Amino acid sequence: MELILEGIAKAVALLTSLDREVMAITWLSLKVSGSATLISLLLGISGGTALALSDFRGKRLLVSLVNTGMALPPVVVGLFVSIFFWRNGPLGFAEILYTPVAMIIAQAIIATPIVMGITVASIQNLPPNLRLQILALGATRGQMVWLLVREARLPLLAGVMAGFGGVISEVGASIMVGGNIKGYTRVLTTATVMETGRGNFDVAIALSLILLLLCFAINYLLTRIQQRERPR
Amino acid sequence: MNQWQRLVFSLLTVVALFVTGICGSAAAASKTLILATTTSTQDSGLLDILIPAFEKESGYFVKTIAVGSGQAMAMGEKGEADVLLVHSPDAEKKFMDKGAGVNRRLVMHNDFVIVGPAIDPAKIRGTKSSAEAFKKIATSGSLFLSRGDNSGTHAKEKGLWKGAGITADGQKWYQQTGLGMGQTLNVAAEKKGYTLTDRATYLALKKSLGLEILVEGDAKLLNIYHVIGVNQAKWPKVNAAGAKAFGDFMVGKKVQDVIGRFGVDKFGAPLFFPDAGKKPESLGL
Repeated sequence: MELILEGIAKAVALLTSLDREVMAITWLSLKVSGSATLISLLLGISGGTALALSDFRGKRLLVSLVNTGMALPPVVVGLFVSIFFWRNGPLGFAEILYTPVAMIIAQAIIATPIVMGITVASIQNLPPNLRLQILALGATRGQMVWLLVREARLPLLAGVMAGFGGVISEVGASIMVGGNIKGYTRVLTTATVMETGRGNFDVAIALSLILLLLCFAINYLLTRIQQRERPR
Repeated sequence: MNQWQRLVFSLLTVVALFVTGICGSAAAASKTLILATTTSTQDSGLLDILIPAFEKESGYFVKTIAVGSGQAMAMGEKGEADVLLVHSPDAEKKFMDKGAGVNRRLVMHNDFVIVGPAIDPAKIRGTKSSAEAFKKIATSGSLFLSRGDNSGTHAKEKGLWKGAGITADGQKWYQQTGLGMGQTLNVAAEKKGYTLTDRATYLALKKSLGLEILVEGDAKLLNIYHVIGVNQAKWPKVNAAGAKAFGDFMVGKKVQDVIGRFGVDKFGAPLFFPDAGKKPESLGL
């Protein structure tokens, strides 16, 4: 109990003194996971919409693959991204292993199936007649897709939250492809693992609290948008 | 543009800005150096002092990847690191024999200690020989936590079991954590078990552990660190110039003095003893 209080005190101290290293680590977490989430939104929403609105042989298999991908273990992603980006590996010429870019790539791979799976579900959940109705009003196919995505925006926001939540809290892949390099690829989760290993539990608790606070702030923002637009 | 189109557009812009910004900072990749090292050098805090000094002096950007000695050498064998700072002499010799490394130099030593709970169920406190202490742990069936991660410490521990003529693997009292030194010490403290640790990591964590040093001082418990460059002839992408610069830095007089003083202000005793230029035989190797 004493330790938890110490951790909270440490967190307050780190936050109020605006400790430069902690601020930099927090900012990097936000940048890496934010970029990965945005990339996953582009890929996931466009891919998921296309998948939901099209009809072809093997669609069920593809959808179940996407849904399996929602449970993609981050360490598996980390391992494969590392192998591909080793400098003597197939994509080694890019020289991005142990950089924030590698972390963004790994996290985007983790988040994309989550966003895509939720997109497929939310688009398919729209009333089936809505599509016919939009077309009957003379919309082009592009306009129809846009209107459907608009209509599904509230469940899609849940997809954003799930995707972001999945990657900001992720540690296995980040430590493997980023390497936890001080001042460069050290994010809140990898720093927490390291401080725990060093026995600096108060710092580790403080970092965890900052991470929780960050997640709460982002999700509060998104939830406000979602709830403001909630159809009554 | 309506509200949602604007949102998508601004999201795209933000992604582009982040990614180009981050790529820009990674563009100076040619001056980077990948150092694969043991967790003990990171967990003790030594590298937090040495790396910034090296970066300032040499202009290289060091990517420190803290893994066990075994994984560090595996990275070297695949050409995925430029320079190693490791403490597993027997494995290092094999590494050199394979032609994977160049310019192996003695940097420093400290020692391993056997730690355990104060009640000491196996009664090993004060035992002079590590082999005898290990025998007592085995015969009393007291819990022993092994790192089990092919690190330098794990290699040393396996050597000690072998020396004591005991097969610990598969025994009920012998558990492998698969974690770094710091975390293995935490597990040992929680489970009230024994473990083998380097003194530096133990001292750095001592305040939160409640484990005591029970056996120390056996010559077999010496923990010797070498710096090794990865062979560029084998892996052309290796930054040999940077590796040499880092090796020279580590054995230089100034850094050796820093190493000898490190930890004195905090623990009253140094955590490492500088050894650059010494003959390995003088350490009993």
